[in-house]
Amino acid sequence: MSNIDRRDFLKILGVGAIVGIWGGSFFEIVNKRELEASIGSYKKAPEALQAKKWAMVIDIKKLNKKIINDCIEICHSIHNVPTIANPKEEIKWIWEEKFKNVFPEIKDQYLSYELMEMPVLVLCNHCDNPPCVRVCPTKATFKRKDGIVMMDMHRCIGCRFCMAGCPYGARSFNWRDPRQYIKNENKEFPFRMKGVVEKCTFCYERLARGLPPACVEVSQGAIVFGDIENPESAVRKILSTNLAIRRKPKLGTNPSVYYLL
Amino acid sequence: MYDTWKIIAGLLVFIGFVTHPFILSIGKEKLRPNVEINSPEIMSLPEGERKCIEPKEFMRKEHMKMLNKWRDAVVREGKTLYVNSEGKSFNMSLQNTCIQCHSNKSKFCDECHKYAHVKPYCWDCHIEPKENIKKEAKL
Repeated sequence: MSNIDRRDFLKILGVGAIVGIWGGSFFEIVNKRELEASIGSYKKAPEALQAKKWAMVIDIKKLNKKIINDCIEICHSIHNVPTIANPKEEIKWIWEEKFKNVFPEIKDQYLSYELMEMPVLVLCNHCDNPPCVRVCPTKATFKRKDGIVMMDMHRCIGCRFCMAGCPYGARSFNWRDPRQYIKNENKEFPFRMKGVVEKCTFCYERLARGLPPACVEVSQGAIVFGDIENPESAVRKILSTNLAIRRKPKLGTNPSVYYLL
Repeated sequence: MYDTWKIIAGLLVFIGFVTHPFILSIGKEKLRPNVEINSPEIMSLPEGERKCIEPKEFMRKEHMKMLNKWRDAVVREGKTLYVNSEGKSFNMSLQNTCIQCHSNKSKFCDECHKYAHVKPYCWDCHIEPKENIKKEAKL
């Protein structure tokens, strides 16, 4: 080895560096593939409801206090949403708001008082262009292929950018551990923990079992849910024969929740 | 060498200090996790059917990776069924599938996790099974 020249030395050094840097990861990749092949696979449940883009139509005329309260009650009870009295800390997935606050841009001095004060159900709009998804630094909130704006609670770091981004106030932050504020827990659904943001998920867990969202089920026909990309669906039929409005259309968020007057 | 004996004595004290946990534990009974898989739900099954969704060795080694993959598949991809190596399918859910059999969380999960000093945060949100035995204090 004493007569090794400069050229050979550099060659050995180069090959050694390549093997040292990539050799280990090469074997890791090969081994990993074998491991992944040896375990099971994942698939959608056959009974799951599927759509190109989920959408909801809420008929304001058909809503009344009882239906509104039933919708809120069923949603919050099956999703273990805590009931916190302090409005600064409350958690809500679906809630009641006056018409004039839901559609602040509809201002006509001759509009009836009854209409302005009419109760309206509001929830996450599952926007086609969701600002919350755009600002989330961890991709904890993201848009699924079927249009649902989902929350991955495992990833949420509680930065609340999404709450600042959402123009509809559809998101709530857990200022404290929600467990003590839930009377009757639903054993089939998890809680959340202190420090994460939560909101309506269009009942993704019910869709996966072939069931429509819970609020649709108890709304006595006031809420219709379906695939807006399918021309035969109930929502499309309503939208093609009625004038439906959406919240704050000027912002360009393109909501998937429509309202009928 | 100056101060030979001082240096040797100092070295002996140092070696003794560094190795004392090992020396003191010689002859003592080793602390081992005492994992139990005999929950009432498992014991009520006929003997041939008492098996997990995948082989025991695989589950023991890979359950944490598997749960992470389940989480991503269900939450992010909307896939809720796991088809195991025998072709049987299961609903991917810690809360609704795993602990339906392994209802003895303190003896099945915590025993090993305490021994290995790992603190998974599953139960911060997922509802843990109600157990009849007295709960041990949290680490």
